[in-house]
Amino acid sequence: MSKYAVKQLSIFLENRKGRLEEVTYTLFNAKINIRALSLAESAEFGILRLVVDNPEKAKTALSSGGFTVKEQEVFAVEVKDEPGSFHKVVSLLAGQDINVEYTYAFVGTSSMAILIFKVPGHLFEQAIKCLSEGGVKLVKPMFFYG
Amino acid sequence: MWNPIEGASREEIEALQLKRLQDTVTRVYHLVPFYRQKMDELGVKPSDIRQLSDLARLPFTTKQDLRDHYPFGLFATPMDQIVRIHSSSGTTGKPTVVGYTRHDMEVWVEVMARTMAMANIGANDVVHNAYGYGLFTGGLGFHYGAERVGAAVVPSSGGFTKRQLLLMKDFGATAICCTPSFALHLYEVAEEEGYNIKEDFKLKAGFFGAEPASEGLRQAIRDSWGIQYVECYGLSEIIGPGVASLCKEGGLHIFEDHFIAEIIDPDTGEILPDGEEGELVITPVTKQALSLLRYRTKDITSVTRVPCKCGRTMMTMGQIKGRSDDMLIVNGVNVFPSQVEHVLTKVEGTTPNYVIVVDKKGVLDRLEVWVEVDEDTFADGIGALEVLQQKLRAEMLNELYINTKVKLVEPKTLERSMGKAQRIIDKRTALKGEI
Repeated sequence: MSKYAVKQLSIFLENRKGRLEEVTYTLFNAKINIRALSLAESAEFGILRLVVDNPEKAKTALSSGGFTVKEQEVFAVEVKDEPGSFHKVVSLLAGQDINVEYTYAFVGTSSMAILIFKVPGHLFEQAIKCLSEGGVKLVKPMFFYG
Repeated sequence: MWNPIEGASREEIEALQLKRLQDTVTRVYHLVPFYRQKMDELGVKPSDIRQLSDLARLPFTTKQDLRDHYPFGLFATPMDQIVRIHSSSGTTGKPTVVGYTRHDMEVWVEVMARTMAMANIGANDVVHNAYGYGLFTGGLGFHYGAERVGAAVVPSSGGFTKRQLLLMKDFGATAICCTPSFALHLYEVAEEEGYNIKEDFKLKAGFFGAEPASEGLRQAIRDSWGIQYVECYGLSEIIGPGVASLCKEGGLHIFEDHFIAEIIDPDTGEILPDGEEGELVITPVTKQALSLLRYRTKDITSVTRVPCKCGRTMMTMGQIKGRSDDMLIVNGVNVFPSQVEHVLTKVEGTTPNYVIVVDKKGVLDRLEVWVEVDEDTFADGIGALEVLQQKLRAEMLNELYINTKVKLVEPKTLERSMGKAQRIIDKRTALKGEI
């Protein structure tokens, strides 16, 4: 496994009232801290994607709470919080024909932003390599799990 | 009355039934290996059928038997005698196939003509037939019956509600053939479209079948359209529509000279007396191609032989109270939960955990299949899940001949909401006496 592989949990959610709160309550109850999240939705269901401080514990808590959870590997990069940063990372990946399945971001410190990327599994290493060579700072999983 | 036999004495009808039953049993014993074997096992010979009550000695036939002999294994005639094949959905994967000889078609047209005569439909009538034309027996069954009595048939088939209304108005339809729920749907759309029901339409009767209808729904159709409601009971395994039809006096008469009816206890198979509720069992006694002995319809009802005010002496059956199996009727189409299961086992990426929800959308039925997404099948991506949904929808249409709404749900959703694992949720209240 790549040293830059960050464990992300995807949770299948029906679009119904109160369901998201049941997830957040389950995580709160297990004392899980959410480090990054994104929610994708269709008309009838959604997928909540989370990077948390303790993925194993979170997964156990959610599974036993009756949620459908899938663990995925994503990677994260740290960029300056300024125009063009996201573009640069995406360009490097596009230049290598690496398809971004989805991505989301959050502001890390006052001047830096963290971008999370999901690419097809077989292109993972290639993506890490091209970004690293392109001068993009990759974030180690410990940053999230700490 | 189309045929004087409908008002013949009970003795005459029963003598005819016995003669025809004896002929039928003799034919199938010699021509259908399945029946020869079954009768040999029971130790019954065709010559043992000496009176009508000897019917009880004959073996039952089930839908499963038809499936086991798919497609033509129970036919009693060679294929060169067959002039028509119809089929309805089977319980898993394979449809139920029925065949007709020229003679069988004549029987069918005859009983459908009797049905038309229940509302005095004749040469001066325009019959708008909105049953689906195709493998389903409804479309062509009503079509030929209406032609036989001399009416002008408009074979509009199903769907396209607004166009149907336009044709009904412009062609001056005096009778309509469709499912009861579609009749009410037509009315609602006609109202929305601004038709004046009394002035724009000339309907005087409707021939309704293929799905159960509550008294409330019937009354709503009678009142809204201002027409005579002719209920038509039938099933493709026996002949299609035309097994029994409702007279003006409210008797749902079984055309007994062609179909011998019994009511049995669905658990023990014992014959129940008139007036008692049980499963309707029918033996067609004038058919050649598919001549089934004691076919178990799974429909729960009762029968009476009290003479009817309309003058017909043929036995009447009550309304269908339910089914002794898990078959659902959705907009006139038969749906078995096992068919849904069959689709799920075929489509990769789904679990066999599902729930069927039948509901009303307006007056029409809507079928939803809720499929659980578990950890093995949960592809992390909206697109992948939507593709799965579409694939399931296409396969359901292919298998059930009906549009299904596929909903992906979390595991154990249903146990949570219903308190137990339940496969079918029928939210329609139509059967409980409301609309």
